[in-house]
Amino acid sequence: MKVLVAIKRVVDFNVKVRVKADGSGVETANVKMSMNPFDEIAVEEAVRLKEAGAATEIVVVSCGVLACQETLRTALAIGADRAILVETAVELQPLAVAKLLKAVIQKEQPRLVILGKQAIDDDSNQTGQMLAALMNWPQATFASKLKLEGEKAQVTREVDGGLETISIKLPAVVTTDLRLNEPRYVTLPNIMKAKKKTLENLKPEALGVDVSPRLTTVKVIEPSKRKAGIKVADVKALVDKLRNDAKVL
Amino acid sequence: MSVLVVAEHDNKTVKKATLNTVAAAQKLGGEIHVLVAGHQAGEAAKAAAQIPGIKKVLLADAPHLGEFLAENVAALLVQVAKNYSHVLAPATSNGKNVMPRVAALLDVQQISDIAAVESADTFMRPIYAGNALATVKSKDAIKIITVRTTAFDAVAATGGSAPVEHVSAPADSGLSSFVTREVSKSERPELTAAKIIVSGGRGMGSGENFTKVLEPLADKLGAAMGASRAAVDAGFVPNDWQVGQTGKIVAPDLYVAVGISGAIQHLAGMKDSRVIVAINKDEEAPIFQVADFGVVGDLFQLVPSLVEELKK
Repeated sequence: MKVLVAIKRVVDFNVKVRVKADGSGVETANVKMSMNPFDEIAVEEAVRLKEAGAATEIVVVSCGVLACQETLRTALAIGADRAILVETAVELQPLAVAKLLKAVIQKEQPRLVILGKQAIDDDSNQTGQMLAALMNWPQATFASKLKLEGEKAQVTREVDGGLETISIKLPAVVTTDLRLNEPRYVTLPNIMKAKKKTLENLKPEALGVDVSPRLTTVKVIEPSKRKAGIKVADVKALVDKLRNDAKVL
Repeated sequence: MSVLVVAEHDNKTVKKATLNTVAAAQKLGGEIHVLVAGHQAGEAAKAAAQIPGIKKVLLADAPHLGEFLAENVAALLVQVAKNYSHVLAPATSNGKNVMPRVAALLDVQQISDIAAVESADTFMRPIYAGNALATVKSKDAIKIITVRTTAFDAVAATGGSAPVEHVSAPADSGLSSFVTREVSKSERPELTAAKIIVSGGRGMGSGENFTKVLEPLADKLGAAMGASRAAVDAGFVPNDWQVGQTGKIVAPDLYVAVGISGAIQHLAGMKDSRVIVAINKDEEAPIFQVADFGVVGDLFQLVPSLVEELKK
């Protein structure tokens, strides 16, 4: 079974982002970039499926600027077999990415597509669901457990009230939540091996997809800062403050 | 202009998230309808009809809508959405699951997690874990939107009497089926609806300590219990306790963070709380930068004595 994993290059989760002075966006020049953490979990899950003999080939796809190649190399070092970059300088929004992925899927014919549930830059949480819709495939979002059972998959999902398990027919789209697995560290020999793996470059035009953005960013501002408060000496002083100053008790 | 609000409900009652979403819909102006999609959901539809200012409740009642499977609910919404300029759902796990599917089927770029309505086509939404606020303008004919519930004060639950109209649902897609649900049972208020939240982090050390040390405090305050990602990852508490960028977004009157260092991903989920209290042994912990009141010290001594002090 072929598994396709979609990944996104984002500002590293440890970076404290700064809003550009002109309000046009967030500063990304000279900022450390990494694979979106949820996508790393997606790659790891695919590699585990292959190690368990359930998957035969893992194709990893990213859409965006040329530098996404680095992110794809990381996925290859985790254990993906080959990579595809859909290269464009256009600011991609989730619907456009879903359309690009659909075009790639039609060429690659995977039985399972795994994505992170959310990218930590735009926090949209849309691409997997949109892709499933465009393919008319079932979706299992926010997965914390994935079990393949022949022509179906059983997926446990993290939902507001706890956990929910659903059964989906393959082919299907699964999006990962934090507890699905803990991604491995890439080793130097695997980084070296990854350099020899195939990385194909495609263009949206060649795939026949219009990627022009539907949302225009009017402005980006910094949120109003919360003032740091005070430290109190003991719990007696704390209760006094909560009762008499803040009046929350 | 008319606005459809997708109700969050359990087939019997309407969840508070629906009331926050109606509040967001009111900022748009125009007629507001509420859709209740479920199974044997007549009671939920009746409850929705009592929300003041609602013109009409649409009830789609079918066995295959009972578990809110995305494929079936999205197919219904695509049919209904064509009559509206805006379709809004709360950014709950259901809303996040279903709405992008609807948007893609309508060829619309969804606007996720809005925190303010600037105009009928322009919205403010947090990005980068709330470290930036983006104002975005949509070109799509129908706006598909999920709403950050903590950003809109809930409307009243009762006082109105809207008619309930039945709508038919498309057939079961057959693509997915519900297997089972493990609901965390609790007598406590729901995390996203609670006025007070007591939350624990890695510093709690174990799940047992959540029960022994933190629970008495939550009991005393009538609070919901939450946790940081570190505590959930460590297996101390269930996943649905997680507060943060990718967990639950909360904004209670009082948030008590115990043994939580305050990673930006956690702060993203709770920094809009009215009053924040931090208890942590590390006086340099970032949580103190957002806390109104901080106490530096050993939580295993401070929390029990706080409970004692509250009894006085």
